[in-house]
Amino acid sequence: MKIDEAKTESVILEIPKAQPVMRDVEIIDTDAPGDDVFVLNMGPQHPSTHGVFRMRVTFSGELIEDMQPIFGYLHRGIEKLAETRTYTQFIPMTDRLSYLTSMANNHAYVVAVEKLAGIEVPERAEYIRVIMNELMRISSHLMAVGFFLNDLGCSVFTPLLYMYREREKLLDLFEMVCGARLTYNYMRIGGVSQDLPEEFLGYAKQFVKEMPSYIEEYEQLLAENEILLARTKGVGVLTPEMAVNSSASGPVLRASGIKWDLRKADPYSLYDRFDFDVPVGEIGDNYDRYRVRIEEMRQSLRILEQAIPQLPEGEVRTKVPQFLRPPKGEAYGRIETPQGELGFYLVSDGGIAPYRLHIRPPTLINVTALSEMVVGSLLADAIATFGSIDVCLGEIDR
Amino acid sequence: MNSWILDNFWAHFAVFTIVILAFVIIGVMAFIYVERRGFGPFQLRRGPNRAGPFGILQPIADAIKVLLKEDVVPDRADKVLHTLGPVIVFLPVLLIFAVIPFHGQIGGLIANLNVGIVYVAAISSLGVVGVFMAGWGSENKYSLIAAMRVVGAMISYEIPLVLSLVAVVLATGSLSMNGIATGHPLPMILLMPLGFLIFLAASMAEINRGPFDLLEADSELVAGFHIEYSGMKFAMFYLAEYGHALAMSAVAATVFMKGWVGPWDAYLGWFWFILKTLMIFVLLVWLRVTFPRMRIDQMMSFAWKFLLPMALINLLVVGIQVVAFGGDIPWWMMFINFGLAGVLILGWSKFFRPGGARVEYQV
Repeated sequence: MKIDEAKTESVILEIPKAQPVMRDVEIIDTDAPGDDVFVLNMGPQHPSTHGVFRMRVTFSGELIEDMQPIFGYLHRGIEKLAETRTYTQFIPMTDRLSYLTSMANNHAYVVAVEKLAGIEVPERAEYIRVIMNELMRISSHLMAVGFFLNDLGCSVFTPLLYMYREREKLLDLFEMVCGARLTYNYMRIGGVSQDLPEEFLGYAKQFVKEMPSYIEEYEQLLAENEILLARTKGVGVLTPEMAVNSSASGPVLRASGIKWDLRKADPYSLYDRFDFDVPVGEIGDNYDRYRVRIEEMRQSLRILEQAIPQLPEGEVRTKVPQFLRPPKGEAYGRIETPQGELGFYLVSDGGIAPYRLHIRPPTLINVTALSEMVVGSLLADAIATFGSIDVCLGEIDR
Repeated sequence: MNSWILDNFWAHFAVFTIVILAFVIIGVMAFIYVERRGFGPFQLRRGPNRAGPFGILQPIADAIKVLLKEDVVPDRADKVLHTLGPVIVFLPVLLIFAVIPFHGQIGGLIANLNVGIVYVAAISSLGVVGVFMAGWGSENKYSLIAAMRVVGAMISYEIPLVLSLVAVVLATGSLSMNGIATGHPLPMILLMPLGFLIFLAASMAEINRGPFDLLEADSELVAGFHIEYSGMKFAMFYLAEYGHALAMSAVAATVFMKGWVGPWDAYLGWFWFILKTLMIFVLLVWLRVTFPRMRIDQMMSFAWKFLLPMALINLLVVGIQVVAFGGDIPWWMMFINFGLAGVLILGWSKFFRPGGARVEYQV
């Protein structure tokens, strides 16, 4: 596709008339007498929708007959905003996509820009990126498992608070390298914003040493818990066919038994240098998703064990002009974030801002199969299944 | 104690009503403090520690906050049911304490009923009416679901609860609370551990705590039956929730742990009673803070497929022992009963697994 043509085309094209956003939602008078279905709007304000997500559920008793996910309450137009900013200025906005995986979002975006502009990244910077990504993966999975258990009804947050204990240490590590605890803005085009501080590696090694015993602690409390097994086994099953057809990715896909991890399937950064396994589930129920996340934390620790001692000396950033003008063309950069495949599709017209940016959000695509997973189960299962997908509304609505 | 208070009916009634009200209010505050503070170490945090020394005034701060809030009644709510609900939920808590013996010589504070245990079983299930009124009268879908759940669940758990109490009555040969407390030299928790565990599980479901808090289910039903309540009415529900826990702990302490009977019989009866009640409550806090919530179908199948058979077997075993030993079960039977309880629970849980009993639904 030539850029100039595309531009003229979009000018000539008529702007289509505004369609009602939720036109496929059938309006049912929920109070009509004699109707034996029971329609419940769960959300956008609900304690366990992880943000402003709305499930419009049709019940027969407590049995779910139909479920429609409705979202868009948090739309900020991030893709459009990218067109008015330089390539570097957009990095902080990627933090606001899925705010529990900010570091990985930064990485995915800079990978796309580097691919577009053909920029080489120093080896030390790549190592730092891998270390940050894996720390981020542990942190995000801790939150995913913790909130999943919360949705299962550990009604006073106990497991979640145990996981906050370790996440706190990870946030301290991130704070050391970039000064922020949630929105890091650490990666730069051609490297990372600054070198690791001296004390970082010591604390990181300490964390990698301690973490397996904490994971053991969770496993002792949870893995064989009869109530947990009863609530999760065979609930919210996503068949492998369905997972592939709905282009799910990340732990949701792998829990269905499909061994697809971009770190192995399409190695980016330095992932081909490390030795790690890709855990997969058996049938794709909530329990498998939980297990896959716990196992992935262990594998991330394995990568960290290899990466931290190998960290070479050198530059952490290539010289990149302040107003980067990538050549005309397009590029798609993707990485495996904790939630799945996050991709940035960039089109450049040679200017200082992207002509078009499109984000492939992993959690939006994972959540599209939700209604297949929950129809036919009970109210409590719908909440648990939604929690097991690990969504982040900042990314779904963008 | 031959004072005029005990002789004059009206004086007796007035004084001990005030005593019970004060005990329940202070007891509830103490329980709220124990639970909130006790959650701290379980959850790697400190718990409330700002209001007063060690945060001991936290329940009072909570109460003031709740009482000062605006009382909102939804437009489409059934006003009568909505208002009556909290009252009827709280009433049984006070009524149960009428027969609980705090001290040996007095027996039950208001009435030393000779069928005290029957009265307790009957009164404790009254709360469900209030909960259903609140859930139905609020005109809210979440509270309606909670109300439907509570009726099914609470009625199911009544049966094992009462059956475990029947076994105690067999072994002690008395229906009055005081008679049960003193009926056997050994506490029932040692003599029939299986019965105690059944009672504990069933009463946890009765008072909606721990893994059985389905009618509040904050992650599914937001706040369940009291979603539309605020201000004083919400405070009543809060009081009733902990009051039920207090009442059930008191019943368990009296029935299974010999209530006011301590190492030195004549002294400090109320102290031993309160200590034992608190021990039961700490157990409830521990269970609540650890487990995920069960699902409604699993909770029902747990009642009918696990607790009910266990309660019947327990009744049979105790009955055989009572007949064999002529109404006075010797102390060494407790070892046999402990072994039996272990074997039965482990054996039955091989057949019954909450997840295994899942119904596969088809739409």
